[in-house]
Amino acid sequence: MVETKSVLGGAIRRREDPALIAGQGLYTDDVAPTGTLHVAFVRSPFAKAKILSIDTAEAAGMAGVKAIYTADDVRHLGLLPTQVAVRARPLLADGQVAHSGEAVAMVVATDRYLAQDAAEAVFVDYEAQEPVIDLKAAAAGDIKAHDDMDSNVIIAWTAGPFGDEDGIAKTRETIQAAKDRDDTVTVSIEMVNQRLVPTAMEPRSVVADYSPGYNRFHVHSTTQIPHALAGAIAKTFDLDNSQVNVTALEVGGGFGAKLNVYPDEILVAFASKALGKPVKFTESRREAAVNTIHGRGWVATATMTGTRDGQILGYELDGLADMGAYTQNFTAAIPFLGLFVGSGQYTMPTYFNVACVLTNTVVTDAYRGAGRPEAEYYLERIVDAFSREIGVDPAEVRKKNYFDKFEDAVSPIGFAMDTGDYGANLDALLEFVDYEGMKARRDAARAEGRLVGLGLSSYVEVCGFGPSGLSDLGFNWGAYNVDSAFNGSGLVRVGGDGKATVHIGTGPSGQGHQTTWAQIVSAETGIPVDNIRVISGETDDTPVGIGSFGSRSAAVDGAAAHEAAGRVKAKAAKIAAHLLEAAEEDIRFEDGVAHVAGSPDQSVTWAEIAKTAYHPHLLPEGMEGGLEAHAVFSPGNATWPFGSHICMVEVDPDTGNVDVLEYLTMDDCGNVINPMIADGQLHGGIVQGAGQALFEDAIYDEQGTLLTTSFMDYLIPTATSMPSFQMERTTTPTHVNPLGVKGIGEAGTIGSAQTVVNAVVDALADLGVKHVDMPVRPRRVWEAIQAAKEA
Amino acid sequence: MYPREFEYVAAGSVEEAAQLLEDNPGAKVMSGGMSLIPMMKLRLLSPELVVDIGRIPGLNTIEDRGDHIAIGALVRQRQIAESPLIPMALKTAAAQTGDAQVRNTATFAGAIAHADVAADTPTAFVALGGTIVAKCVDGEREIAADACFVDTLTSALEANEILTEVRIPKSGGGSAYDKLGRRGGHTDYSVAGAAAWVADSSGRECRVAVGGVGTIPALASGVMEAMASGASPEDAAERACEGITVLEDLYGSEEYKSHLAKVFVRRALEQAMANAS
Ligand SMILES: Cc1cc2nc3c(=O)[nH]c(=O)nc-3n(C[C@H](O)[C@H](O)[C@H](O)COP(=O)(O)OP(=O)(O)OC[C@H]3O[C@@H](n4cnc5c(N)ncnc54)[C@H](O)[C@@H]3O)c2cc1C
Repeated sequence: MVETKSVLGGAIRRREDPALIAGQGLYTDDVAPTGTLHVAFVRSPFAKAKILSIDTAEAAGMAGVKAIYTADDVRHLGLLPTQVAVRARPLLADGQVAHSGEAVAMVVATDRYLAQDAAEAVFVDYEAQEPVIDLKAAAAGDIKAHDDMDSNVIIAWTAGPFGDEDGIAKTRETIQAAKDRDDTVTVSIEMVNQRLVPTAMEPRSVVADYSPGYNRFHVHSTTQIPHALAGAIAKTFDLDNSQVNVTALEVGGGFGAKLNVYPDEILVAFASKALGKPVKFTESRREAAVNTIHGRGWVATATMTGTRDGQILGYELDGLADMGAYTQNFTAAIPFLGLFVGSGQYTMPTYFNVACVLTNTVVTDAYRGAGRPEAEYYLERIVDAFSREIGVDPAEVRKKNYFDKFEDAVSPIGFAMDTGDYGANLDALLEFVDYEGMKARRDAARAEGRLVGLGLSSYVEVCGFGPSGLSDLGFNWGAYNVDSAFNGSGLVRVGGDGKATVHIGTGPSGQGHQTTWAQIVSAETGIPVDNIRVISGETDDTPVGIGSFGSRSAAVDGAAAHEAAGRVKAKAAKIAAHLLEAAEEDIRFEDGVAHVAGSPDQSVTWAEIAKTAYHPHLLPEGMEGGLEAHAVFSPGNATWPFGSHICMVEVDPDTGNVDVLEYLTMDDCGNVINPMIADGQLHGGIVQGAGQALFEDAIYDEQGTLLTTSFMDYLIPTATSMPSFQMERTTTPTHVNPLGVKGIGEAGTIGSAQTVVNAVVDALADLGVKHVDMPVRPRRVWEAIQAAKEA
Repeated sequence: MYPREFEYVAAGSVEEAAQLLEDNPGAKVMSGGMSLIPMMKLRLLSPELVVDIGRIPGLNTIEDRGDHIAIGALVRQRQIAESPLIPMALKTAAAQTGDAQVRNTATFAGAIAHADVAADTPTAFVALGGTIVAKCVDGEREIAADACFVDTLTSALEANEILTEVRIPKSGGGSAYDKLGRRGGHTDYSVAGAAAWVADSSGRECRVAVGGVGTIPALASGVMEAMASGASPEDAAERACEGITVLEDLYGSEEYKSHLAKVFVRRALEQAMANAS
């Protein structure tokens, strides 16, 4: 790790880590105002049932119980606010349950244990109904997730290109014509991209404290979107946004699962207002598995047609995406995010059709990558299968079909992309890893009879949303009363002591904003990093922002802070020029001082400049006091990071066990603010993607009970699951923001699952195995080997 | 994750603990708490009284008593994994139990009392033979290793008994344990596992146990019989599941788990034979 001179690009250690490592970080559950009441929910054991009656009498009489609420008490608050409200959910099940674990009643008591005891004493009379759990069965539609619906399919995302009916028809004809040719090969595989339970170290927690005297809420919540939560609560209780302050303290991981306003957040606020006490709800781990959103859950068939020399002539993806029982924040829009990258880095005609289907299961929504890992998985698996079928090296096939290096190109699926240089990136990976050497090592191992496989894949993703015009497409924060589109905001304030605070509307959950924003502002102003404090997650004290998700914070809010810093510096230059009696153009900022170009000893410190700014009588004639600026930034486009990954695995033929031996990457996220943090984001992202490939699986039984609600059964990867990564990067800056940065938060996850599965299939290819569905647990791999032996 | 109300007593001696169990039929012993506490948090188990034996002095030693090794009730999995007195099968099984934090807290005796078929050290214990010592107010008895496990999560201990010591015979020879963990490799509870002890490198005189696949860690008597008559480990392993009702679970079908049992019986036998020479 090099410490560069420039703060931008320097591997500065994360400033947030000392507190976190020492166990001194403050989390929402640590917040315990005097008199706090605690919540437990009564949850449905049935996936689909009518609620005939709820008997709360016994529970209401139990020690410590302050209130029990059911749908009758909260119906007037309306449905849960969501952006894409196709099937919005009630705050508490209202006469009908649509997934197991759905909250039916809410108990508030003086402590969490008593609340749980009382919840057990609430008797709900259910009339169980047959649920629809299986995705294909739901799409076929005999049983509906909700009785009042005609179809479980709520929307289908179709493109090729997007939004062009005639174009889609033509694309399909072109692909059919290619398939009909004698000299082409078509490969088609149905694959499952299984449902996952997003797992953050910190489960969700919320504490609401209503002050009747001021008619204000102070809500602590572990959320990625503090301003949206403040707005949603304000809207629900008919207040102005300024009457709600939301504080997100340390957020112990989010991965999209905290990119939602949840019923419990509204309900806790309701109870606090009704009872005049602070009220807290913290999920237990098991509860989190049925209360917080799930991710992924697709079944789709990928089909690829091309010539024997590797020219791809068509790609089709046809499938279903599981929405769960309701639509929350982005639920039905997740496959649409996949559609954005439906044609990947390639130029071939592409048809994409994914239908969104309701089932009686936990709602799905954004989980690290959100649609893009799914789309890239199918595409990169089928490119691999196609390469194998025609016997051409998968690297060659990819390069043959990539976009050439570009600035502004439109993908076959119909979206404008910022910058890309895919061939150079893949070449860099192949050289970095010594691809020929790796293949030779694999072949040598195979010659000894070992099942060793090499998996290559590449990806392009889309993130850093985005132009504020996206709100016209329906990505509208108005549902939460947020006065902001998909743009970024940043306020830089230099205090009278010359030290700066940066106020941002992001909602970090471990990405290191304390560090990177200090670097951004320091690079622009010359104020040392140590003199810059970053404030986020406090809606009273930050400009309106839409939070942290979709790898957007640096590219959008970072750019806003950069611009705000530039404005502050411009004013500081005027003051410095005045103090030094020099020309404004000659002022240079370096190492915490402003000096006159060419004469470093003619200088003033930021502290002197700031002091002057707050003593307006000392300022130049006509200049306002103060030293701060707020910038709102709307980029010209989203950003499109990309990269290539490769890994080597070994399969134990006796047990089907998969061992990942090596994992190497070449990612490209444009300019890098802090390489150590970028690498950290990749590390976690890759393990999460590999975790999907190898272990994780949210398994429902036929009755709709989730069988995998604890870590005994829901297998997340651990540090010992993966080898040390070897990582390098290429740098293709974007021009859609002044920093040239793309996103890196999701890239690892988007690039890794298919890399691992491609390697496993490569290891088994000689046995005749063409595909193994995720998670490629030993059981599945062994069964695939047996099936291939029998065939 | 919030247990029902319960009383808690930290017993000062085995006698005191035994008396508490005698007087409170709904009571549960706690040693490391690594299995008991999760069960209570999930409200799968709601004892009215928890008798913590964790502070009783003198129960955390591993002693060489000439013809056997005595392992106190509070000896942690980590001590087992690191002690030179412990035969290889049990050392390996302990080393493959959970992670360092788990091994530092979890006791070996607690794992036996908990009687989880997916646990590692109980399988090794069955293969090594030996006994547990169970104490109650009326006195103590010894229970043979292969009689310790009765059914799913059910040991042969009575509700009023405390497991005070595990005794492993010093039989020489060689032993080994191997498994497939739920998270692949050796990580996590076993999907299937097997332990073997052999008197010498011929493997003819042996004890073999299979874990993970049925309801209890069980002696594979068919395998032992085949080995005694001179079969190869590979052939003998074919009889790994004789007498065991193999149960399908999230980690494997009946067919797969039966197959794994054979794989690990063969591997454990081969490794034990290698360790014996
Ligand atoms: C995160 C985690 C991972 C794990 N991974 C593995 C793994 O990979 N492989 C594996 O094999 N195991 C694993 N375990 C299980 C672990 O080994 C057991 O929980 C532990 O050994 C039990 O011992 P304890 O002292 O904690 O028992 P406790 O939890 O205190 O007790 C367990 C049960 O035994 C009873 N009991 C305990 N001691 C006595 C006694 N002296 N006399 C009578 N009854 C008694 C208790 O009443 C209770 O019913 C894991 C556990 C955890 C928490």
